[in-house]
Amino acid sequence: MSSPSIIENKSVALRIFSAGFVVVWLLIAAFPFIWTLWGSFKVELDFFSKENWTNAITGIRTIKETGAAYTMNGYEGAWVQEEFWKSVVNTTIVCFFVVCTSLTIGTLGGYALSRTNFRYGFWLLITALIFRAMPPITLVSGYLLPFFEWGLWGSLSTTIVVLVAINQPFTLWMLHSFFQKIPKELDESAKVDGCTQFQAFRHVIIPVMWPGVITTGLFSFLLAYNDFAVTAMLLAKENQTMVPKIAGFLGTTQTEGNVMFAVAAVVSATIPLFILVMFFQRQIVSGLTAGAVKG
Amino acid sequence: MKKTLIGALAIGALMTASNLSHAACKIEKGKVNIIGNEFPAIQTIGAGAKACAGDGVEVKANLTKEHKTIQVPGLTGNPAEYSVAIVANSSIVPLMNDDLIRPLDDLIAKHGGNFKDNQKISIGGKTMAIGFMANAQHFVYRKDMLEKAGVEPPKTYEDVLAAAKAIKEKGLAKYPFGGAYAAGWGLAQEFNNMYIGHGGKFFKEGSAMPSINGPEGVATLNMMKSLAEYMNPDFLTMNNNEINAEWKAGNLPMMQMWGSRAGPLLAGEGTAPGVPENTVLAWPLTVAGKDIPATTLWWDGWTIAKNVSDEDAEASYLAMINAIDPKIMNDKVAEQAVWLIDGYKPTPASAGVFATIEAKAQPYPMLPYQALLHTALGAELPDFLAGKETAEKTLADAEAAYITAAKEKGFIK
Amino acid sequence: MKHRTFFWFFLPTALAMLLFIFLPIISVVTQSLFVSHEQVFVEVENCDIFGCKNEMMIDAAATEKLRAEQPLGRFVGLANYFNRSHLATSEIATLWQTAESWGTFYDGLFNLPLYRAIIFTLVFTFVTTPSVIIVGFMIAVAVNALNQHLKGLVIFFSLLPFVVTPLVGSLILFWMIDARGIIGNSLQYLMGDPNLSLKASTGLTWITLIVYGVWHAAPFAFVIFYAGLQTLPQDTLESAMIDGASRWQRIRFVVIPHLMPLVTFVALIQLMDNFRVFEPIVGFNASAHATSLSFLIYNDMDGEARLLNSAATTSVLTIIGVAILLSPVLVRTWRDWNRKV
Repeated sequence: MSSPSIIENKSVALRIFSAGFVVVWLLIAAFPFIWTLWGSFKVELDFFSKENWTNAITGIRTIKETGAAYTMNGYEGAWVQEEFWKSVVNTTIVCFFVVCTSLTIGTLGGYALSRTNFRYGFWLLITALIFRAMPPITLVSGYLLPFFEWGLWGSLSTTIVVLVAINQPFTLWMLHSFFQKIPKELDESAKVDGCTQFQAFRHVIIPVMWPGVITTGLFSFLLAYNDFAVTAMLLAKENQTMVPKIAGFLGTTQTEGNVMFAVAAVVSATIPLFILVMFFQRQIVSGLTAGAVKG
Repeated sequence: MKKTLIGALAIGALMTASNLSHAACKIEKGKVNIIGNEFPAIQTIGAGAKACAGDGVEVKANLTKEHKTIQVPGLTGNPAEYSVAIVANSSIVPLMNDDLIRPLDDLIAKHGGNFKDNQKISIGGKTMAIGFMANAQHFVYRKDMLEKAGVEPPKTYEDVLAAAKAIKEKGLAKYPFGGAYAAGWGLAQEFNNMYIGHGGKFFKEGSAMPSINGPEGVATLNMMKSLAEYMNPDFLTMNNNEINAEWKAGNLPMMQMWGSRAGPLLAGEGTAPGVPENTVLAWPLTVAGKDIPATTLWWDGWTIAKNVSDEDAEASYLAMINAIDPKIMNDKVAEQAVWLIDGYKPTPASAGVFATIEAKAQPYPMLPYQALLHTALGAELPDFLAGKETAEKTLADAEAAYITAAKEKGFIK
Repeated sequence: MKHRTFFWFFLPTALAMLLFIFLPIISVVTQSLFVSHEQVFVEVENCDIFGCKNEMMIDAAATEKLRAEQPLGRFVGLANYFNRSHLATSEIATLWQTAESWGTFYDGLFNLPLYRAIIFTLVFTFVTTPSVIIVGFMIAVAVNALNQHLKGLVIFFSLLPFVVTPLVGSLILFWMIDARGIIGNSLQYLMGDPNLSLKASTGLTWITLIVYGVWHAAPFAFVIFYAGLQTLPQDTLESAMIDGASRWQRIRFVVIPHLMPLVTFVALIQLMDNFRVFEPIVGFNASAHATSLSFLIYNDMDGEARLLNSAATTSVLTIIGVAILLSPVLVRTWRDWNRKV
């Protein structure tokens, strides 16, 4: 990534303005998370203090209740007592299979769309877009009855298939635009050499498609990781993923939840994302650069 | 945290007793699968049923917040996924409307069970559910703050307004009253409470036509608005979680709260100093000089699915009978709820609910169309409380919204 | 590509979408044309722990017969679309005749659930989408100008609002903007108004939701534009500089046209997502002041009310709304496609 030249010859004032803007943005973007991270080591009366928000910084009640300025109670409650780790395992399984499946079938479909000149290709693309317009809650409530009747409800595999399907329109759009940027001549010449379309795809396209696929995969991952509508309704209690589990910590109308468990769990659930973004940020950008997105 | 910990301990205690009770369940064969809410008392019931698992007997439980959405499709198939649904007097209605649960009379005749006669919930002469716990919203106040303000503990909402005025004038609290007025279910429930207190009837006699737009309805809304003036200005976004948190922080002198949420307030963990020892779980309030408490009574009980085999129904019945047997009662379990089970000794946390039962409060109506009116009210009432409409207009809107919904469901022609 | 080959390549993804999106849409469209049977009531004595009383209930046997005859319920055509909970045609006609001014007409419109939801949804969509694009673009340009070593860290923090589950929004931000939370309290201080509350008035609630929407989605626009900036044609830029174009002119005539396809993509996704706005309304308990189409669906599907036909109708209206909203993009794609042919 060479730095492009719009920044060359920049005046000092503009540089300062630009840097100042980044600082302000970073503050806005990151502050709630830093605040949450800090607050997760306090007790509820401090973090959600009704007296003065500065209690969250000083931790007066935390010191009174636990004897120290920081407490691991939230984490202990969430991880040990409420067995949050089980949900972590479930989320890992769901995310892994959702990403793999949706990329496999999405790559095939997106590639095919990018290499067809027939009108139906356009209509398929548009149909996929309209499919994406369907509010997920409507879809999910429609699944409940048939899934119960066929005994499919509650298992991780059902949820994985549903998440893959719901995410296909987006995956297809991204990958389609990406494959369009890979010159057709590549697979055409392979076919002239006697390859079938699939062989051409395998030997010529697969080696060069990774940046776009990784970017698309990350979006699939985020969808599966953060999904609430599907996982809350379609998973049995023992198969719950992290997000519905966290929602469960918040209590119901008639019963009290434990907000600090939820806060600690939210922080815990953010850490893998930190690691992920750290690892993949180069790929996200290079994937997009390679043309994964185009109107 | 303490409460859930207690729940975990109680379940642990039950687990160790499970070897003994397996034989006591007398189930030979069958599959039991329970759907229900997830709070500690229901966890205890779930664990009690699971204790019956063993040779040829499979017992599973899915206790989740989403139970209301899942229960109807989950009991609809044939055979149904779930053989037992744990319900309350509002959530049994969708199961009754779709005819998804079976009468228990034959099973009771055949197997009996260690429960009291009044635990039977009978609908049209048939026992459809067995209740195991009670709940109600009632008045809660801070002894010390009322004393400082020099007011007697209120018995009516009019007293509450007077006390709130005194407290505010003395500067003891910025917002002297709390109620779960967040738009939606909670707000509509507060309307229901207050409307019942005014002696109002929700529907015209013998029909599903609404009758809330009358003098009682207007008086109800005006009382709610007067109370709202003593609440946090964000009251339309504040649900039970926020109100209870305010209480724990020591900011509220008076509130209306669920009995099932009162335990942690007395426990002293996560509360500001002075709160637990001064919290009084009082009684239901009345309003407008009437003697009907302005609140509703609730029960939780279990039902058995219609679309399961006789064998599974029988196994389910026996497992649930085991789950509500008086032998489950101990100090830990007693703290989880206001149990209807024999051998339960009321704890301090149950005082408000018992006072509500004694005051002869009405149960939440089990009408097929009550939920539709509830939803319509939850969506329309904020307009009045936010000062955008007159009471009559808001009630007319709620009736119109309800009628549209009731027509769709076939309740009104 | 041959039809046959295309078919096999496209089959898996088509199958997934057919089963899990297309079939449900068909069932939703069907449901929106039906209502439940007329219910047969009987009055019975109900007894619970607290005593006995006479209540109405549904006659199961009679209803069973009706259900067996017509499993889907009564066919009503488009009646669901025109009733008060949806397009409310007769209410609007009355309103049109009685309203004395545009103001009262608007108030009357705002009082009908679907229009109230549509008005908020549209305001949210049309304020949030361009703001996201502008803010995202500004961040991208500013980050691009940073020192190479700083970039990684900045990108990582910038992405946070987008990657973290919206639950954080509901839980933490809802508290932070409270009058006593850090943001709400600081705002009171800044505005010099000790009674300022972001949650108590309709206007401020809308602003809060829109700001949240921009905060949440700006990183998405940012990362896509940032990637686009990496492929800027250097020679065009250089020749522009030689021609003496100012910095602003270079952005206006070189950078923005280059990013245009990406802007279209971001606009497409954002319009669609914003039109379905739902989570912040639930998370911020904001339904007293703001409802959206998705919120209406959620409200109808509530566990006890179960207004499935009504929810289906609103869902179909949502799809139609999105289709109208996206029609310019669709036309563009159609042109692109034909150019390809």
